[in-house]
Amino acid sequence: MITKAMKQGLTLAVVMAFLVGCSSSDKKKPAAAAPVSAPVTAPAVESTVQQLSNVVYFEFDKYELTPESRALLLAHAEKLKGASTSLRLEGHADERGSREYNIALGEKRANAVRDFLVLQGVKAASLESVSYGEERPVATGHDDSAWSQNRRVELK
Amino acid sequence: MKRFILLALVFFAGYAQAQLTNINITRGVDNPTRIAVVPMAYVGDKLPEDVAEIVRSDLNFSGQFESIPVDKMISYPKNESEIHYRDWKAINAEYLLIGSINFQGGRFYASYELFDVVQQKRALARITVDGTDTQLRDIAHRISDKTYETVTGIRGIFSTKIIYVEAFQKPTKYRLMLSDFDGARARSLFESKQPLMSPVWSPDGGRVAYVSFETDRPAVYVQNLSTGRRDQVTNFQGLNGAPAWSPDGQNLAVVLSKDGNPEIYTLNLASRAFTRVTNHFAIDTEPSWTIDGSGIFFTSNRGAKPQIYKVTLATGETERVTFDGVYNARGRVSPDGKSLVLVHQRESCCMIGAQDIKSGNLRILTETNLDESPTIAPNGAMLMYATSFGGKGILAAVSLDARTKVRLPSKQGDVREPAWSPFF
Repeated sequence: MITKAMKQGLTLAVVMAFLVGCSSSDKKKPAAAAPVSAPVTAPAVESTVQQLSNVVYFEFDKYELTPESRALLLAHAEKLKGASTSLRLEGHADERGSREYNIALGEKRANAVRDFLVLQGVKAASLESVSYGEERPVATGHDDSAWSQNRRVELK
Repeated sequence: MKRFILLALVFFAGYAQAQLTNINITRGVDNPTRIAVVPMAYVGDKLPEDVAEIVRSDLNFSGQFESIPVDKMISYPKNESEIHYRDWKAINAEYLLIGSINFQGGRFYASYELFDVVQQKRALARITVDGTDTQLRDIAHRISDKTYETVTGIRGIFSTKIIYVEAFQKPTKYRLMLSDFDGARARSLFESKQPLMSPVWSPDGGRVAYVSFETDRPAVYVQNLSTGRRDQVTNFQGLNGAPAWSPDGQNLAVVLSKDGNPEIYTLNLASRAFTRVTNHFAIDTEPSWTIDGSGIFFTSNRGAKPQIYKVTLATGETERVTFDGVYNARGRVSPDGKSLVLVHQRESCCMIGAQDIKSGNLRILTETNLDESPTIAPNGAMLMYATSFGGKGILAAVSLDARTKVRLPSKQGDVREPAWSPFF
């Protein structure tokens, strides 16, 4: 019991350290490598465990997970593995391009998140992908900033 | 005629409102035909609609005509004997449309005649159109159709309809709307708090298909316009979208991801049997039938970027159709089967293009950003698309030769995804 909790805390700490390190980097240019298995550099301190973001972002016309996304989803996977809750993965796209293509893009994104979580041991039956394409933007602007916020999968 | 009356009953339940003055023609042809549409003679109280003004607006919309303003006219002839051709030559009119409206037994009877000013002779014998007070706009559109066809040789689209999606924020609301081709007499066919998408007409104009998220998941619905009856025709996990009617009206192509990836399927509407058409790990979507129904154009990113492909249904043989540009999507075939209109990206996203299917040559029809959802008029002369203007989603129309552009009146909400009806 103790070991499991410690392991979980340690994983989260690693993830958090990575996320902090990445948070200042431009979303448009993700880090080249994916140092998910980076050596432990931060001590496992309880206070570093904070609310995990429920949103994963994507590049234009892409559905591959960025290194930041993988790190975040690893943390989610740890939380979800033992839990009996089900999760809705809502895929979204920015407004550029045709609407039905964007719906398909949103679903590919949601499924990329689903597949990653399943690989990490989360029950597939507890996950459902639903794509809204460009129909439900969080940012209503028509610029790069709005577009990058809208290309996302929300874990709900 | 019977059909017209039936449809009329359905369509005219909405409110009539003169919105035409808001139509904004942003570009016209170099040498439009100058036509004088004389105010219709009528004895009685002011009519709820100005029939002659609607005819002028219709003809201007096409870009192929330029209506002469009423205040430039020297005389208002009611019949042939009152016509002095010099009055019309003086204001450079090439055609002259005159007529009168009579009210009898609860119905309006509009009679009209068309004259060729240059040749000083009748171009169209006297024709009478009738209808109730709520059908005056239809009477005008029918006069426009006949006039347009007489002069250009092409069937007019002024009696056709459009459907589109109107979206509202705070509170979020989506409406599937039906209106005249010019946006007038709009009324709601369906309303939901969840997104509505991808409306299309059945080939006979009696039904529409669209995607609704009303169950918190996307599903394809078919709605009968005369009875209002709605049928949910797909209910699968994942994507249920992009409906497209086969030319014979018996099948609906849809996109489903139930087998893992977005794929094209055909649904036989009578047997409710699905047949899988594409099979690829990439995105396959936005089906659009060829004119003869033997194949389906679709968008796929199987070559990394979205491009349009065509699959032959009998053999499954698939070929790439678009090569010009980094992004080509949502193809729609013109009524003559020769052109494919599509959403195209060059430097910025996105504009409407028309590709000659045989030669592969692509022409750019619009140059504003965020242009999408092209739909071709049933006579093939114009297409409508969604764009943004003043921060709002609006509809605009452009002729297939790109020489005429028209912005439709702005609506309350964000307007998108127009679909032009067939001829009724």
